[in-house]
Amino acid sequence: MTDAVWSADDTSPAAIEAALRTMEIERHQEDSAVPARVLNLVTIVDGDWRGEIENRLARVGRYHASRTVLCAVERGRDTLSARASAHVEGAAVREHVLLEMGERHLPRLDRILDPVVVTDLATAVWAPHGHDAGVDAVCGLAQVVLRDSVDEPDPRAALDRAAQLIERTYVVDLAWLRTTPWRERIAATFDPPAWRGHLRKLSSVTVRHSPESTVAALLLFGWLASRLGWEASPLSARGASLQGRARARRGDVVLRTEPTEQGVRGLAGVTLETADGMALSLDRGKGGLEAWRRFADGREARWTVLGASRGEPGILGEGIRQALLREPTYEPALRAARVLAGS
Amino acid sequence: MSATAEPQANPLSAGLERLPVHPTTLVIFGATGDLARRKLLPAVYNLAHEGALPERFQLVGVSRGEQTDEEYRQAAIESVETFSRRPPDPDVLARLFAEVRYVQGAFDDPAGYERLDAALAELDEAGGLPLNRCFYLSTAPSFFPVIVERLGAQGLHRHEDADVRVVIEKPIGRDLESAQELNRRVLDVLEEKQVFRIDHYLGKETVQNMLAFRFANGLFEPVWNRNYIDNVQITASEDIGIGTRAGYYDESGALRDLVQNHMLQLLTLLAMEPPVSFTADQVRDEKVKVLRAIPAPDPARIEEVAVRAQYAAGTAAGEDVPGYHGESDVPAESATETYAALRLEVDNWRWAGVPFYLRTGKRLARKVTEIAVTLKPVPHLAFDQAGSVGVLPNVLVFTVQPNEGVSLSLGAKIPGTRMSIRPVQMEFLYGTSFLSQSPEAYERLLLDAMRGDLTLFTRVDEVEAQWRIIDPVLRGWAALDGDVPGYEAGSQGPEQAHALMVGADRWRRI
Repeated sequence: MTDAVWSADDTSPAAIEAALRTMEIERHQEDSAVPARVLNLVTIVDGDWRGEIENRLARVGRYHASRTVLCAVERGRDTLSARASAHVEGAAVREHVLLEMGERHLPRLDRILDPVVVTDLATAVWAPHGHDAGVDAVCGLAQVVLRDSVDEPDPRAALDRAAQLIERTYVVDLAWLRTTPWRERIAATFDPPAWRGHLRKLSSVTVRHSPESTVAALLLFGWLASRLGWEASPLSARGASLQGRARARRGDVVLRTEPTEQGVRGLAGVTLETADGMALSLDRGKGGLEAWRRFADGREARWTVLGASRGEPGILGEGIRQALLREPTYEPALRAARVLAGS
Repeated sequence: MSATAEPQANPLSAGLERLPVHPTTLVIFGATGDLARRKLLPAVYNLAHEGALPERFQLVGVSRGEQTDEEYRQAAIESVETFSRRPPDPDVLARLFAEVRYVQGAFDDPAGYERLDAALAELDEAGGLPLNRCFYLSTAPSFFPVIVERLGAQGLHRHEDADVRVVIEKPIGRDLESAQELNRRVLDVLEEKQVFRIDHYLGKETVQNMLAFRFANGLFEPVWNRNYIDNVQITASEDIGIGTRAGYYDESGALRDLVQNHMLQLLTLLAMEPPVSFTADQVRDEKVKVLRAIPAPDPARIEEVAVRAQYAAGTAAGEDVPGYHGESDVPAESATETYAALRLEVDNWRWAGVPFYLRTGKRLARKVTEIAVTLKPVPHLAFDQAGSVGVLPNVLVFTVQPNEGVSLSLGAKIPGTRMSIRPVQMEFLYGTSFLSQSPEAYERLLLDAMRGDLTLFTRVDEVEAQWRIIDPVLRGWAALDGDVPGYEAGSQGPEQAHALMVGADRWRRI
C-alpha cells in the first residue's frame, strides 16, 4: 500500500493536471501496469463536512471510482487550492484530487474540472450537500448524476429535482437503490407461474419506512404503479402517514406509508394484500428479510429471505457501480412517484 | 388459455439486474466431502450473503456417514467459517443453515432415496409450492451414473410444476468410451437441458472476460485469424507437486486433469466464431465447431504432437523437493504423467496452419495460467536493426491467474539519435479497475445451475468432442515403450517438449 502526494495553493487546473501526469509517470517507474480506469467521480461538498464524505468514500469497498475529484466549497474563498494523491493497494490505484474552492467557482465548475478528470472516461457527479449550481454546471461534462433523494427534506421537491436532472443526464438515486432488495423480493414472490396471477389482484400495499425516507416509499409505489399499469393519483397526509389509492384494471389499490423508527435510511417493511385474501409481508430482520405469507385458504408461512445488509457505504459503492449501467425502470417509477407526491 | 400455455412474463422483473430464481432445494451428494466443505458450502453462503439465493431456499446434504441434521448444521457452519472468501455474518450464517437437512444413505441404496424423497416432499409442503430441485453430484465419478439412475428409479428426475437439474463434476469419463457410456446412462434418465456438467474454469471472471475482450472490442477481430496470428500457446503450470492427492492424481494424470477439460475450453473460447447471441446453445454450438475442426492425433505418431513427462527431484523456491515417485502414496511403478504438452491445429477457414500449443504440469518454475497469441512479424522493416535487439512480433497474453489481465508487447523506439527499436510491454490488469474482487467461480456456476442457465456448462457433444481429441493421445502414450521422461522439479519442463514446436516457434518462459 503506497501513497504519492502533491499539493499547491492558489493553483490552476492545468497545474493540477500536470501534477497528476507526473505522479503517474513516477508510479510507472515502480510498476509498469497500465491502470484499467473506469470512472471519474466528482463530489461537491461543504468544506466543513468534507471529512465525513471522505470517510464514506473510503469505505465503499470494491466499487471505487478510478479518480475522485472532491470539490470542497468554502464560503468566501476566492482562490483554488489542490492536493492530489494516488493510493495504490495491490493492483488497484485510486487517484484522489481535493479542490478547495469558493462558491463563486461553482457556476463555472466545468471549466475547472475539464482538465482534471480523465478524458474519455465516464464521469459521475455527486453533491450530498446540495450545491445545485455546481451540479448544473457539471451536467454537460458528466454523464451521470449520483444523488440521494432522501437528503432532501421535502419528498416532492426531491422527486422534482430528480425529474429535472433526468431531462439532462442519467440519474442514479441512492434512495432508489435502497429499494432494490425489496423490489427483487417482491418480483421473486410473484415469479412462480402459480402466483403470478395474484399481481392482478393486488388490493393494498403498505410500505413502512424510516421517517426521513418517505421518498423511498413513494418510489416503491411508483415502481409498482409503472410496472403494473396502475393509474396513480396524489396521496394525502394522515398524520405522519400518506394514504391514497391507485386505479388498477380490476379495481382500486389502497396505498399507505407508515413511518417507523429503525435507525437506518430506507424501507423497513412492505405488506401486499390481494382481493382474494392472500397477503405477503417482508420486514427487516436478522440475517435478511423476515417473510410472512397468508395464503388465500388462511394457511400461513414464515421464513427468512437471506441477505446481509449492505450498509450505507455499500449503497454508495453500488451507486458508483450503477453509474456504469443503465436501469430502465427508475424513470417511469419516478414519474408515477411524482404524481403520488402531488407534483 | 390452455393448461399448458406459457404464463405471462413477470412485469416486475424488468430492469432487475438479478432476475428472480425459482424457489429451490439444493441437494448435495457427497455433502461431507472436500469439495462440499471447501467450495460448495462457502459458495452457498456467499450467495446468501449477497441476497442472491432464491426467495425460498432449502439445503439437503446426502452422504454415507451417520449424522443428525444438527451435526451436519454444525459441520456446514464450520466449513463456511473456515473457507469462505469473506468473514461470515453470524445472522445470515445461522439462518442459512437453520433448516438444513441431512439424509444418510449409500449412493446405491434405494432406501436412502426414499428418505430423500420424503424430505424433499416435506420441504415442498412447507414452501407452499413445488420447489425446483438441483442435485449436485460432488462424489467420486463412479457414482455419477448410479445416483442419476437411482434418482430416476425413485421418480426424483421429474417434478410436476417445477424443474429438476443435476450438476455433474469433472471428470466426465476416463476416455471417450467411458464418457459416452456415462452420458448415455445419464441421458437415459434426464434430458440434456437438465444436465449441468461443470467446468469451474468457465465460472472465472477472467475467462468470461476473454469473451468480452474478443467480442466487445472491434480492435482485435480484424487480426484474429491465420493471416496475422503466427501461433497460440496455452499454459497452465503449477509450482507445487501433487501434495496429498496421489490417490486421485495417479489415476488421472495431467492430460485428463487439465487438458481434456479446462485447456480445451480455453482454446475454444479463443478460437470460436462470434455466436449470434449469448444464449447457451448458440455459444456451445460455436465451441463444438472448434473442437470438431481439430484433427484427432494419430496414436501411431503421437510423439510428433504430444509429450508427457514426470517431475524428478529438484529445487522449488530454494528448497529441495522430491520427485513424483518420492511423493507419498504414489505407486512405485507409476507411469502417470505430471506434464503434458500438445500441438494441435484447428482446421477451418480462420485458423488453418496456425499451431496451438498446450502445456500443463506440476512442479514447474511458476504458477501461471495464460494464453499467449503471437502475431506474425511485419512484412517489411524499414528500420536498421543493427545494434539493437531488433523488432520482435507482437504478443498478446491473456493471464487467467495469478494476475487477471492482458498484456501486449509492442515495438518502440529506443531514445537516442538512431532509429533503433526495442520491445516494450503494456500490461493491463483488470484488478486496477474497480472490480478488484471476483466472486468464486462456484458461486456464479451454482446460481446459474439454480437459474437453469446452461451457457457456462459443457454440453454432451462438447465433452465427447474433447475426448475425441484426447483419447488418441492416451492410446498413443499407452503403446509407447520405455519409461516416462523426467524433468527437474522447478524447471521449465522436459527438453522433449521443444520438439513439438514448428519452425522458429519457442515455448514462452513459464
